[in-house]
Amino acid sequence: MPTGFNGLLTVTVFLPAVAALLLAVGLVRDVRHIRWFAAAVAAADLVLSVIVFALFQRGGERFQLVDRLDWITTDTVQASYLLGVDGISAPLVMLTGLLGLCAVFVSFHISNRVREYFIWLFVLQTAVLGVFTALDFLLFFLFWEIELVPMYLLISTWGTGRREYSAMKFLIFTILGSAFMLVAIVAVFVSAGVGSFDMTRLLEPGGALDASRAALPMGVLFWLFFIAFAVKLPTWPVHTWLPDAHTDAPTAGSVMLAGVMLKMGGYGLLRVNAGMFPEQLQQFAMAIVALGVISVLYGAVVTLRQTDLKRLIAYSSVSHMGLVLIGLGSVAVVGGALTDAGLTGAAMQLFTHGTITGLLFVAVGILYEQTHTRHIPDLGGLANRMPILSGAFLIAGAASLGLPLLSGFVSEILVFFGAFRAFPALTILSVLGIILAAGYILWMLQRTLFGPRPARWDNLTDASPVELVPVALLVISIVAVGVYPAWLTEVFRDGLEPIVSGYNAGLAGIPK
Amino acid sequence: MTAYDLYLIAPYLAMAALAMLVIVADLVTRRTGFLVGLSFAGLAAPAALSAWQLVDLTSSGATELTAESSVILYTLSIDRFALFFNFLILASVGLVVLVSNDYVRRMERLQGEYFGLMLLSATGMMLMAAASELISIYIALELTTLPLAALAAFLPNARSSEAGMKFLIIGAISSAVMLYGMALLYGFTGSTRLDEIAVALAASPQSGVLPFGSMAVLLSVVLLLVGFGFKMSAAPFQMWVPDVYEGAPTPMVAFLSVASKAAAFALVLRVFYIGFDALDGDWWVLLAGLAALSMTIGNLVAIAQRNIKRMFGYSTIAHAGYILVGVAAVTTVGDDSASFGPSSVLFYLVAYAAANLTAFFAIVCIGNRINSDEIEDYAGMLRRAPFLAIALALALIALIGVPPTSIFMAKIYIFAAAINTGESLMTWLVIIGVVNSVISAYYYLRVIKVMFLQPAIHTERLGGSWPVNVAVGVAALCVIWLGVAPVAMFRAAERAAVVLLAGG
Repeated sequence: MPTGFNGLLTVTVFLPAVAALLLAVGLVRDVRHIRWFAAAVAAADLVLSVIVFALFQRGGERFQLVDRLDWITTDTVQASYLLGVDGISAPLVMLTGLLGLCAVFVSFHISNRVREYFIWLFVLQTAVLGVFTALDFLLFFLFWEIELVPMYLLISTWGTGRREYSAMKFLIFTILGSAFMLVAIVAVFVSAGVGSFDMTRLLEPGGALDASRAALPMGVLFWLFFIAFAVKLPTWPVHTWLPDAHTDAPTAGSVMLAGVMLKMGGYGLLRVNAGMFPEQLQQFAMAIVALGVISVLYGAVVTLRQTDLKRLIAYSSVSHMGLVLIGLGSVAVVGGALTDAGLTGAAMQLFTHGTITGLLFVAVGILYEQTHTRHIPDLGGLANRMPILSGAFLIAGAASLGLPLLSGFVSEILVFFGAFRAFPALTILSVLGIILAAGYILWMLQRTLFGPRPARWDNLTDASPVELVPVALLVISIVAVGVYPAWLTEVFRDGLEPIVSGYNAGLAGIPK
Repeated sequence: MTAYDLYLIAPYLAMAALAMLVIVADLVTRRTGFLVGLSFAGLAAPAALSAWQLVDLTSSGATELTAESSVILYTLSIDRFALFFNFLILASVGLVVLVSNDYVRRMERLQGEYFGLMLLSATGMMLMAAASELISIYIALELTTLPLAALAAFLPNARSSEAGMKFLIIGAISSAVMLYGMALLYGFTGSTRLDEIAVALAASPQSGVLPFGSMAVLLSVVLLLVGFGFKMSAAPFQMWVPDVYEGAPTPMVAFLSVASKAAAFALVLRVFYIGFDALDGDWWVLLAGLAALSMTIGNLVAIAQRNIKRMFGYSTIAHAGYILVGVAAVTTVGDDSASFGPSSVLFYLVAYAAANLTAFFAIVCIGNRINSDEIEDYAGMLRRAPFLAIALALALIALIGVPPTSIFMAKIYIFAAAINTGESLMTWLVIIGVVNSVISAYYYLRVIKVMFLQPAIHTERLGGSWPVNVAVGVAALCVIWLGVAPVAMFRAAERAAVVLLAGG
C-alpha cells in the first residue's frame, strides 16, 4: 500500500485551483494582467507536470510520487486523500499540463468576463489533473464530478451557437454516466473484504475484489463502470453530446474537451475496467471491439458529411476514440501470450489524439477569429494568406490520418497489431475507418487551405506570436512522438505491465 | 418526579419557556432586533443543557440516561439519538431565527408570536426525537404541527391562508389516521411503549404467509405510515407540500423543510427500528416502495415548476425519497447490527439541512427584496447579489449531489448502506436513486443558469442585514465542511444510531 507524502503531485494538481482562488478574490483585476497571470500559472503547471513525467521511474514502484493523507476514517467508511502516478497516468498528467497552457494562449482574445473565464478554466484543469492522479475512488469521483461545473459554464457562457442547449446536453449525458459509476463505486466499496475506497488495493493482481465477495455480480459492475467511461470517451451510441458540445464550446473549451476530457474516459477504461476487471474485459471483449468498430466506421462516415470545421473534428474524434476500445479488446487473444501492443496502442491513442485534436481545434480557433465562419464551403485558398497556420493545420491533419513519422501513426499501428491477433475480421473492418479518415481530412484541408480564394479573405493575416505558442508546442509534441515514440510508449508499457502479466499468468491471481 | 427527572426534560422545558418568554417580551418591546436577539440567545439554554446531558452520557458509558420516575422513564428516551436531533433542530431554528430578522420587519404586528410559535414547534420536534411511547409520540407530533399550521397562515394574503388551511386539514386527517393505527397496535400488543411493543411482536406468531404476521399489525403499520408520511412529506402523502411551500412565509418553509423533516425521520427510525424490530423483513419493502415513489414524483414534477419555492417543495419530496432509501436499508445479509442505514439517514438529514437552509436563506433574502419567487426574476442575480447567488448555486449543486458538498457524501453513504443489504431490490432502488439525481440536475441547474447567465432586468444591488448574511454564510460553510471533512459528523451519526441497532 503506497504511503508517504511527496507533495509534488498535490502542488501540480492544485496550483491551477489556487490561481483560480486568487483570481476570485480579486488579486489580479486588469484584463491584460489576468491573461499573463493565467499564462504564467499554466506554464508553471506545465513545467511541474513535465517534472512529474521526468521523475517517474520505469521499473520502480508501481505508484510513484504518492501523496497520502487520511481523509475519512470511521467504523464504516475509510477514504484517504491519495494521489499517485503510474505509467498510465504520468503521460496523461503531462498532456493535461501541455493542453492547459495551450488553452490559456488560445483564450487571449476573450474579452467578456475574462476573470471568471480563467477561474473556470483553472478549476477545470485541477479537476482533470485530479482524475488522472487520484487513487482513491471517492477522490476520483469527486474530481470527476467537479469537472462538470466549469465545463458547463464555459460552454454556456462563452460558447457560440446553441450553447445553452449543448452545455445542458453535455452535462446530462455525463451526469447520467457518472451516476452509474457512483453505483458501481459504492457497490465495490461495500463488497466484503474491500471496506475502503483505496484503488491501489483493488489494482493488485488478485486484489481485494473478487467475484465471490462482490456486492453485485462482477459483470454488472464492469458494465456500470463501462457506461460511465464510454459516455466520456465517447463511443457510439452515447456520443451525441460530443459534436454539440465541441461545436458550441469556446476554442479553449474544445481543446480541453477533446484534448483531455475525453481521455478521462479512456483512462477510466484502462485503470478500472482493464485494471480491476481483467476477467470481465476478456469475457466481453467481443462486444467492446464491436462497439469500437461501429464508432470508428460510423464516426468516419458521419465526418465525411460535415461542413462545419469544428463539427467535423468532433465527429472524427468519435471515430478515433473507437480505436481505444479496439485496443482494449486485444486482450481476448486466443493461444499464445498476450503482448502489450493493443493496450499500449489504446493508451498511446489517448495521448496522440489529445495533441492532434488539440492542434486542430487551436488552428480552427485562430482561423475563426479572423474569418468568423467555420463553414467549409465559405473558405478556400487560405494557405497563401496564412502559411504558418496552414502548415500547422496540415501537420495536424496528416497526423490525424495516421501518416508515419507523426504521432497518430504510432498509436494506430499498435492498436491494429494488438487487435488483429484477437479479432482479425473486425480489425480489418476498422482499418476502413483509417481510409475514410484520409478522405475526410484531405478533403477538408483541400477545401479550406487550397483552391481558389474568395476575395473577401484577401486581408487575412497569419497567426500572431501569442497564438503561435500553442501551435508550436503541439507541433513539437506531435513530431517528437512520431519520430521517436519509445520515450512515451515505454512509460505506458510500464504502467500496463501488471495487467498484461496478469493475463499471461492465466489470471492466476484472480480466483475464478 | 425527582430533580434528576427534571434535569432530563430540562432542554424541552427551557425551550417551551423561551417560547413563552418571547411572546411576553413582545408585549413589552416592539423592537424586532430585541426579539431576534432574545430568541437566538435563549437557544443557548436548551443547547447547553443538551450538551451537559451528552457529557453525562459519555462519562457514564450508558446508552441512555435512565429516568427515576416512571412518568418519564417510559415516555422519553434521553439517549445519543435524541440529543443528536436536539442539536440539529436547535441549530436549524437558530439560523432560521437569524434569517427572519429582515423578514419579520415587514410585519406590523405579531412578531413575538411568530418567534414564539416557531420555538414551540421546535420543542415538539425535539420531543418527537426522544418520544418512545405512542401517546407521547402523538402529543409531540401535534405540538409540532399546530404551531406550524398557524405560521403557514401568517401572511395576510389568500395564498398564505390557503397554505395554513391545507396544512391544518391534511395534518389533522393524517394524524387521525395515524391515531387509528396506534389504537390497533395497542389493541394487538397491549402496550403503548415501543420496547414492549417490540417484545410482543417478536413473541407473536410469524405465520410467514401473511406479511407482518397479522392483518391487524399490517393495517396499523400502514396507518402509522400515513401519518409519518405526511410529516416526512413523502409521496403519496405529499399533496400539501407545494401549496404550503409556495404560500407560507419563506423562513417558516425553510424551518419546515429541514427541522420538521428531521424530526419526522427521527420518529420513523425509532418506531420502526425499535418498535417493529421483529418485522424488519417485512416493512423495509414498504418503505423502499415509498422511497422510489417519492424520488420519482418529486423530481419529475419539479421540472415543470416556475416558482422557486414550489420547485423546492417538490425537491423536498424527492429528498424524502432518498432518505427513505436509508431507512429501508435495515436487513443485511447475516448481521442486522451491521446495517449502517440509520447512521446514513442521520448524516443525510444534517447534510440536507445545511444545503436546504442555505438555499432557503438565499431565497428569503432575495424574495424579500424583489418581492417575487418566480425563477425568471432571478435573472442576473450573480451581478445583483453575488454572495447570495453563489451561496444559492452552491446549495443547488449540493442538492444535485455533486462533490465536494454535504449531500454528495450523504448520498454515497446512503447508497452504500442500501447496497450493503445485499437485497437485489435495494440495488434497483439505488439505480432509481441515481437516475433521479440526474433528472434533478436539470431543474436545479436551470436556476443557476438563470442567475449566472441571463442578463439582469434590474441592476439594483441586493443584500441582507448582517444576521442574515451570517446565517447564509454559516449554512454554506457547513455544506462545504460536510463535503470535505465529514469524519466528525460520520462518527456522531454512527454513535447516535447505536441505540437503534442495539436491540436487533
